[in-house]
Amino acid sequence: MTSPADLTLAQLRDALTKKEVSSREATDAYLSRIEKADALNAFVEVTADKARAMADTADARLAKGEGGPLEGVPLGVKDLFCTEGVQTTAGSRILEGFVPTYESTVTSQLWRDGAVMLGKLNMDEFAMGSSNETSYFGPVINPWRRNDGSNAALTPGGSSGGSSTATAARLCAAATGTDTGGSIRQPASVTGTVGVKPTYGRCSRWGIVAFASSLDQAGPIAQDVRDAAIMLRSMAGHDPKDSTSIDRPVPDYEAAVGGSVKGLKVGVPKEYRLDGMPDEIEALWSTGVQWMKEAGAEVVDISLPLTKYALPVYYIVAPAEASSNLARYDGVKYGHRAKEFTDITSLYENTRAEGFGDEVKRRVLIGTYVLSAGYYDAYYLRAQKVRKKIFDEFVEAFKSVDLILTPSTPSAAFGLGEKMADPVQMYLNDVFTVTGNLAGLPGGSVPAGLDAAGLPLGLQLLARPFDEETLFKGLAALEAAAGQQCQPENWWAA
Amino acid sequence: MTETRNLLQGTTGDWEVVVGLEVHAQVASNAKLFSGAPATYGAGPNENVSLVDAAFPGMLPVINKYCVEQAIRTGLGLNAKINLWSRFDRKNYFYPDLPQGYQISQYKDPIVGEGEIEVALDDGEIVTIGIERLHLEQDAGKSIHDLAPKESYVDLNRSGVALMEIVSKPDIRSAEEAAAYFSKIRTIVRYLGACDGNMEEGSMRADVNVSVCPAGSYAKFRETGDFRHLGTRTETKNVNSIRYVKQVVDYEARRQIEIIEGQGEIHQETRLFDVATGKTRTMRSKEDAHDYRYFPDPDLLPLEIDPAWVEEIRATLPELPDDKRKRFAAEFGLSVYDASVLSQDRAKADYFEAVANGRDGKLASNWVTTELFGALNKAGLDIDASPIEAPALGKLIDLISEGVISGRIAKDVFAIMFEGGGDPEAIVEEKGLKQVSDAGAIEKAVDEIIAANPKQVEQVKEKPKTFGWFVGQVMKSTGGKANPALVNKILKEKLGID
Repeated sequence: MTSPADLTLAQLRDALTKKEVSSREATDAYLSRIEKADALNAFVEVTADKARAMADTADARLAKGEGGPLEGVPLGVKDLFCTEGVQTTAGSRILEGFVPTYESTVTSQLWRDGAVMLGKLNMDEFAMGSSNETSYFGPVINPWRRNDGSNAALTPGGSSGGSSTATAARLCAAATGTDTGGSIRQPASVTGTVGVKPTYGRCSRWGIVAFASSLDQAGPIAQDVRDAAIMLRSMAGHDPKDSTSIDRPVPDYEAAVGGSVKGLKVGVPKEYRLDGMPDEIEALWSTGVQWMKEAGAEVVDISLPLTKYALPVYYIVAPAEASSNLARYDGVKYGHRAKEFTDITSLYENTRAEGFGDEVKRRVLIGTYVLSAGYYDAYYLRAQKVRKKIFDEFVEAFKSVDLILTPSTPSAAFGLGEKMADPVQMYLNDVFTVTGNLAGLPGGSVPAGLDAAGLPLGLQLLARPFDEETLFKGLAALEAAAGQQCQPENWWAA
Repeated sequence: MTETRNLLQGTTGDWEVVVGLEVHAQVASNAKLFSGAPATYGAGPNENVSLVDAAFPGMLPVINKYCVEQAIRTGLGLNAKINLWSRFDRKNYFYPDLPQGYQISQYKDPIVGEGEIEVALDDGEIVTIGIERLHLEQDAGKSIHDLAPKESYVDLNRSGVALMEIVSKPDIRSAEEAAAYFSKIRTIVRYLGACDGNMEEGSMRADVNVSVCPAGSYAKFRETGDFRHLGTRTETKNVNSIRYVKQVVDYEARRQIEIIEGQGEIHQETRLFDVATGKTRTMRSKEDAHDYRYFPDPDLLPLEIDPAWVEEIRATLPELPDDKRKRFAAEFGLSVYDASVLSQDRAKADYFEAVANGRDGKLASNWVTTELFGALNKAGLDIDASPIEAPALGKLIDLISEGVISGRIAKDVFAIMFEGGGDPEAIVEEKGLKQVSDAGAIEKAVDEIIAANPKQVEQVKEKPKTFGWFVGQVMKSTGGKANPALVNKILKEKLGID
């Protein structure tokens, strides 16, 4: 038989239940792959001992015919989720060596359901970035390479770059991610994986290092739509410890996968057709429209005229909240503290100067600026008003459509360092995804084909709040139409 | 309202003082405002600290419903508007005792809006002071700088404790009014049980805003609402006693008048009160003021309150001090001053009412306010710890009313009761203190005194003022038990004076 690490999450789960493979075997298979994948830099920390212990516990339960929906399934965890007894850094020097005494709600639900933790996945520092290049622990490398023979290192997207690479390179069955402006969907898109950001409030934010509280949502990055659905069911749920989490039952998302999209109305917003968008993206989008039609959905043109304001609004709201959320990293209580200081002010200044990278500093400065006296009304307040209008515009649109289809990203994976010099170019990666965060909508990216350079491209669907089931139905329809996807060639194994 | 009251004399003319108070009252809650950690006083350093209070990564605030209820109760007690939609904001600044780097407070949309309370002054005058707002906020921790020469320590026990900030309108017009207002707020929150009012433990403190303006300017401000008619104000932080509030206003008003009259200028600044000197000094000037970058806390939903809940809370409110004061005055015929002293504290009021019911209210008031409060004060006891319970004091008053003992003897009985407790009737019986109203016995005593003091008998005919000496002698010879009215009557007859 093939390696258990070649199975999808659903296949592995079934194999575990049927005792065709043990969790320990699967876990060891992944651990040995991880060991050989240093070149990808996907993990900040591998928790091999913990993983084996969890696997043994899972096997014991499986042997008794017990076990949760993820019993024995080895997963990777984005290093933004606090994990009890395991270093949690948010990709930042300022949290280097920080070991929480508590477990985030989302990960605790995964362990409750029997999953095994392989380790903590690399990410952009404090989830700020679209290429995983802002991580204090170095960039993650995309397992995909262009077919031009150049072997140029490509970025895996971000901020959940460790999650996308680890999933694409089969270093874990699936991974958790978080998405504030596209940080699940964009990396999924450029690594040929499936990424789903659920409705704001669907997953608890408790124990997830905060970036922008009103936008942050946890979600899965997985090998296919079914796997993402299985993951989300365990991750989601009401949590009284998060006042913004919503008390609604969690449906069996997996049951929605494969359901017919016949009769569903799919909107195509003309404003997502950007100037200078590569023809390949345009073509992919048209193909997606064709697939939905063939699957029996009705595709209609819609207009979302406020789309052009989404990115500017996002780059006011997210930094504003981040500037406040990151104030707690001051060298006083935990994490990095500067060695040199003369008073409390220099302790703050030196700690934060040393502890934060450039992109984090940039956003803290932007956020501080837009909240300052005299600028608040012009920036933050106005941005919030536009945000409300963007939400209203979606509500209006969803009166006539069930799903909205767009490309996931404006381009395929780009090279390391290509966009680091120009923050605005970097920010444009999120142009199709930020709207979903601003409006709190569920959205997902599914692999839809390869570009001329042989790199994966994704299509995005957005759905009504808390209608993840329709979202999964739509994503599965696109996935089915796209057919069997290629795998990246394994060049990294040492 | 008199608009030019309490004028202060300067060298160039008369001045008016204008005061606004921001009272911070800790909600009497077992748990903090946004974390489940205990909010009890007196724990060891950093014992009452949760992960939320210490701002660990990924921690989130969850509102404590009990604290919200206390804020609503207090709002109702201040006759204020309850805002059914309010919101929490972040007030951002860096300080080691503020672990989050921001304080969660309510900036633009507080839970309670405008209200007003009545404040009784010593002369019995009642002034109405407007309430601007009440909002809920977290307290910060405590920085301790004097434990080590080169280090500071931080105690986060108070971090996250729920405070109500009650902001007055600039309606307070003297040091006395400021003290009376602060005291009244304390009375109200204690009545409601929303705050224990314990200033030594830091449960209540006030930021005192003071400005002065030339006589007549305040009236213009009231007319136009234009703050430019008022002087520049200073804010003295964390004043934690009623007496200190008075001192701060007195000192600041005088200081500001002196500066202005010396052609100087008042700067808007934050000041500190030095308890030792009774003076205030600069803490930080406006130039150093923080830009707090307030914005709505995205971790919390707006606070939406069901009007039915407000009504439920209203139905559980106790009779409030103003209502009680008015009722005491009407029901028991008390002066405004006595009625307000007796209604200041719920336990004292309850005690008084138990004594006064079915008795002479004024007599009861005298015994409670003068004798009992005096003795308690001297002994450093609270009303709850009074050695004399209300029914016993009532019985003592009954003994006076029934003529069993005189008021003077009653004081002795009271002293015995206060020392060792006991039933007044039994004490009177045991010590043989019953009033002698037997005319024959008194007559006998009078005769003896007259016979023994012929000189004085001569003298009293010339100087009727010396009559009191005879009364004293008779009382002395009867051990104070003789009925004073009867002694007077018989003495006058025998001495032949009217």
